[in-house]
Amino acid sequence: MREPEKRSIPPIGDETATTLLSELAAHLRENRTLLRQEWAQRITKAKLLTAMTEQEVFTEATAVYDQYVEALETGTFEALQAYARNLSERIIPRGVETNEVVGIVLLLRDVLARSLFAKYQADFAKLNRILDAYEPAANRIANTVAVGFVQERERIIREQQEAIRELSTPVLQVRERLLILPIIGVIDPQRARQLTEQLLLGIRATRGRVVVIDLTGVAAIDSSIANHLVQTVEASRLLGATVIVTGLSPAIAQTLVNIGVDLRKMNTVGDLQGGIEEAERLLGYRVTQLSARDEGAEPRSG
Amino acid sequence: MAVPILKQGENLIASIQSALTDTDLVTLRDALVDKVAALRIRGVIVDVTALDVLDSFASRTLRDLAHMIRLRGARTVIVGIQPEVAFAMVQLGLTLEDIPTALDLEEGLKFLGTRR
Amino acid sequence: MAPDDGFVTRVPINSATDLVNARQRGRALANELGFSPGEAALIASAISELARNIVSYAGRGEIVLWRDGDSGLGISARDNGPGILDIAAAMRAGYSTSSGLGLGLPGVRRIADTFDIASGPQGTTVTLTMRKR
Repeated sequence: MREPEKRSIPPIGDETATTLLSELAAHLRENRTLLRQEWAQRITKAKLLTAMTEQEVFTEATAVYDQYVEALETGTFEALQAYARNLSERIIPRGVETNEVVGIVLLLRDVLARSLFAKYQADFAKLNRILDAYEPAANRIANTVAVGFVQERERIIREQQEAIRELSTPVLQVRERLLILPIIGVIDPQRARQLTEQLLLGIRATRGRVVVIDLTGVAAIDSSIANHLVQTVEASRLLGATVIVTGLSPAIAQTLVNIGVDLRKMNTVGDLQGGIEEAERLLGYRVTQLSARDEGAEPRSG
Repeated sequence: MAVPILKQGENLIASIQSALTDTDLVTLRDALVDKVAALRIRGVIVDVTALDVLDSFASRTLRDLAHMIRLRGARTVIVGIQPEVAFAMVQLGLTLEDIPTALDLEEGLKFLGTRR
Repeated sequence: MAPDDGFVTRVPINSATDLVNARQRGRALANELGFSPGEAALIASAISELARNIVSYAGRGEIVLWRDGDSGLGISARDNGPGILDIAAAMRAGYSTSSGLGLGLPGVRRIADTFDIASGPQGTTVTLTMRKR
């Protein structure tokens, strides 16, 4: 169940919390230039955001400062959250790390807190009230920014993984209507699913009629992946394509038998080359050997 | 919603345009079977390109259709099953058994052309 | 039809014509949540099977859809029908819809991330969640 988004800071005691926050926001705005400067200095001193230029740090610092004060005052965090994700999207490719982002927000929190101490030091009771209003808000802000950064980072990582996976599962068209899907290494359920999706899309895109799935590069698979292979063969058939499976190791053959596959009914050939030749035969190609050149093939019928 | 059925030579082509209710599917099945009996039909193509889902009822009805048409001496080819629909079908264990399938109308016609 | 409150979508199932609606809503929600086209088609098919069971065995009921966290979709098929007499049999793989005898439940369970079924003389509720890969 989703929690309803907290829309405002719970009032401390009475509604003067809102007044206090307005007061301290006004103070923070008045002293913006000074405080922002101090903050930027502390960022440099702590050796954070080294991946960015001074100008960039200044620009972002200005925006963060304003968002920070705005969030403090209004008690709403959507704008801050959106800004945090936007900022993260920009700085993550630059190599900025989570600890840096959390670090700078905490530094800002400290800079502003000290400024509040300085301003209200004469009135201890008032200082306490101010801090009672400030602290939960400031912590909420730090949390929002950190979480926004981490979520963005995770999103980027997922996208990169997806891109890598797509690159590493090629469906090759070697001839008209003939596709090869060579599989290498370890297949997990996610990759298996992706392979199937790409194969089916490839069949449609290239109007493939025969597919050779080559498992030479795979030592063994478990029964769920074996099931997946069978499903892939069936799904390909539904798209009008015939599947030839090649390179089955004895271990894989055994796994298939174990899940109830009748290997005689599955179109299998020992190796990839043999599979391609069988595929060409099914497609009506005749493979001829020419003495002066490499093997060529001419279609016998369309 | 009635599915348009075209006669092309000795073949019938039924192109499904949108999501079909169970009733629509049964109506289609019966219409095709009747036409095969009435006209001199040797092949029937059912184009399911526009079907978003091929669930158990649809698979069963298509299989019934193919069997009934076979009894009248004609062959059926199902064409245009979309990759994601095929993917969903096999995962749910749905099958069209031994009914011929082809990628699209063109392939379906080729298939019927080479078979008796 | 009850308005979405953003969290929950209820689709009443009163006849076979509601099946199309139910699976289209399911597919739309799946797409909104970022499921792949293959997964969305799967979800639509599963909903179709469950809704069909409602129509066939109970006459009427409802399909409820909701977001389950950031990456999941929840589906519940409820009816007040006579119930499934032998749930174990209905859930046994091989009791398949291909032969026209079954409820398609083994297939639906296989593709679901979580699956729960409760059935009795007061009715049946099948609940499942699908998670994005």
